[in-house]
Amino acid sequence: MSHIKIQLKEAQVNQLKEVCRSFDNDPGELINVLHKAQGIFGYLPAEVQEVVARELQLPVAKVYGVVTFYSFFTMQPKGLHPISICMGTACYVRGAEKVLDEFRRILNINVGESTADGKFSISCLRCVGACGLAPVVTIGEKVYGRVSPDGVKDILREYEF
Amino acid sequence: MSKYMVNLKINNIPVTVEEGTTILEAARKLNISIPTLCYHEDLSVAGNCRVCLVEVAGAKNLAASCAAPVSEGMEVNTNSKNVRTSRRHVVELLLSEHNADCTKCFKNGHCELQDLASEYRIGDHVFIDLVKPQDKVVDISSPSIQKDDSKCIRCQRCVRTCSELQSVSALAVCYKGDHQRISTFLSKPLHEVVCTNCGQCVNRCPTGALTERTYIEEVWDAINDPTKHVVVETAPAVRVALGEDLGIETGTRVTGKMVSALRHVGFDSVLDTDFTADLTILEEGNELLRRLKKALVEKDETVRLPMFTSCSPGWIKFIEHTYSDFLPHLSTCKSPQQMFGALAKTYYAQKKNINAKNMVVVSIMPCTAKKFESGRPEMRDSGYQDVDYVLTTRELAMMIKQAGIDFAKMEDTAYDSIMGDSTGAGVIFGNTGGVMEAALRTAYEVVTGREVPFANLNIVPVRGMEGVKEAKVMIKDVLPEWSFLEGVELSVAIAHGLANANKVVQAVRDGKASYHFIEIMGCPGGCIGGGGQPIPTNPEIRQKRADAIYAEDEGLPKRKSHDNPEVLHLYKEFLGEPLGHKSHDLLHTHYKARKRY
Ligand code: SF4
Ligand code: SF4
Ligand code: SF4
Ligand code: FES
Repeated sequence: MSHIKIQLKEAQVNQLKEVCRSFDNDPGELINVLHKAQGIFGYLPAEVQEVVARELQLPVAKVYGVVTFYSFFTMQPKGLHPISICMGTACYVRGAEKVLDEFRRILNINVGESTADGKFSISCLRCVGACGLAPVVTIGEKVYGRVSPDGVKDILREYEF
Repeated sequence: MSKYMVNLKINNIPVTVEEGTTILEAARKLNISIPTLCYHEDLSVAGNCRVCLVEVAGAKNLAASCAAPVSEGMEVNTNSKNVRTSRRHVVELLLSEHNADCTKCFKNGHCELQDLASEYRIGDHVFIDLVKPQDKVVDISSPSIQKDDSKCIRCQRCVRTCSELQSVSALAVCYKGDHQRISTFLSKPLHEVVCTNCGQCVNRCPTGALTERTYIEEVWDAINDPTKHVVVETAPAVRVALGEDLGIETGTRVTGKMVSALRHVGFDSVLDTDFTADLTILEEGNELLRRLKKALVEKDETVRLPMFTSCSPGWIKFIEHTYSDFLPHLSTCKSPQQMFGALAKTYYAQKKNINAKNMVVVSIMPCTAKKFESGRPEMRDSGYQDVDYVLTTRELAMMIKQAGIDFAKMEDTAYDSIMGDSTGAGVIFGNTGGVMEAALRTAYEVVTGREVPFANLNIVPVRGMEGVKEAKVMIKDVLPEWSFLEGVELSVAIAHGLANANKVVQAVRDGKASYHFIEIMGCPGGCIGGGGQPIPTNPEIRQKRADAIYAEDEGLPKRKSHDNPEVLHLYKEFLGEPLGHKSHDLLHTHYKARKRY
């Protein structure tokens, strides 16, 4: 697996420590701490996990175990235009997987990854509650309904792909 | 308070056990065996493999006997058709995700999964083969431990071992569902994380997923090379456990047979690490006395007390990662293995007229961390790598079998000389508390001129399997040069298993405990429970090995390190004096801080 090496700025480390402190550095609060941390950074790179482990006095492998267990957590930064494809039952039966494959093919990235220029990232969602529009794709705040594999290129063009 | 007793029947046989006992434990009392995989006596119950299923009358589902407590009137069937079918399915499912290339596997013949597969005669896969090709990459980054995820059944014994017994947690359960696997942080190679190489996970892994890195072939090559003089040294704990892998009853001392077998295998000199264990005591005992003097008389504030022992390389790597501010507390003495290597390629080579360049030093250890230790850059003080290859007790047993030796029929023979003689004090290094006992036998006598005030030299308070032990020895009527120790109560502690070591260091760091000297062994029970010892391991087996070590000690004519004639000779002819210039160059070392996160 490839990892993006980043250097946390001191202010970011302090912000992270503050988050841990707000949960009394309680190792039992790991999930909540990670939740907050992802809210701040958008994702959970190795360096963030290391700081959290040190502050909560947890083995860093355990933190990694939790991060990789919950699909909500991601270790990859989101792109400028985060693409989410609904994988709920309705979308799935109406071809969401083919749509996903087309996004992956065109952007040449996998689920959970972002393009080298940081513009796009792909993730999958559970049902978003817009089943009437299945299959549903969201990019940023914008919702696209009845997406077909053929339409994927046009959608991406809106973002100057 | 007497516990509440529960009556139940297993396979129609009545049994009475204490409340809270599991069905599995109750069955074992009746000598009824139930297969297990995730269960291990040394660990908490996980209950995730489901191979221990039994039928409980009146219950809808089969119960996992390792996790289910008994109840009054319970009727258990461990061998119904339903139970057998379910167990078979569990094993079949595990195998469907398993890279079952048994003939190429290091665990072939010693594998709990293979045993079950053969017990249930599992042939063609009923389920489709789910082994993913990307899982077939084996991590051989560590010189000690090999990790092969394609052999892993996710029983999590290793994860529990590493966290519960060793408080290291280098391994965790990561990802979920069919992606679940046992992983280090960021799936890094083992060599790059906090793993101490202790091998305790290897001792408890039921499959070939975690094994030692083996160097048997390299050693055979050296033996077969006529230009090489191959020296072998054997650690104290090997002689009380080797027999287990060669069909001899647990707890049998096989020292003499082992020495003969090593000659038959083809080693040119068969020598003893116990010799350098005795030497360690002279160096380390003097180091302790010197530190005490500096602290008590010269009021030198740079001297760090308590002093910790340094012979367990798993412990060394642990403290380097976890408490790097405590490194000055470590004795600077190398481990007996490394003292041996440094002397073999200098002193022994000179005395025997061998060119050190053509010498290969092989050490037989109860330990996997020693493989890492021998490769440390600091361990080349002879001008060469001091110890070339480290084999575990298990690997030696394999070599003995490969050589076609009928081990049980071997005659007892003695070690070669020089560097083959040892005292009982060297032998007890194999047990938790042993280094402390050996050190006290010598240090007390150096200071007072009298033997330690314990019957028959047996310092009972430092013995036994309690995780952390403490003892105090009053020093009285000292020899004039040690007058500063008059009336000092020497306070010592002993811990084995890194989780216990962790507790002791914490207590010292928090100022909650104060000692002069602390012995730490990285493995439960000390070296007799080392990560390179025969598998399985459990408290009963470790106790038998420990008893054998003490019996070996009592059987030797000399039982104090400073009485070892070869060690005295070594000082006279070569080293000069303890902590002298040559000792400093060859027998002492330094440590390095490592990353924890
Ligand atoms: S782990 Fe056991 S079952 Fe698997 S290949 Fe090795 S010996 Fe065979
Ligand atoms: S590596 Fe061994 S002990 Fe660890 S989960 Fe896999 S099979 Fe079990
Ligand atoms: S060798 Fe020891 S420290 Fe390393 S993973 Fe195994 S149990 Fe943990
Ligand atoms: S041994 Fe009981 S569930 Fe694994």
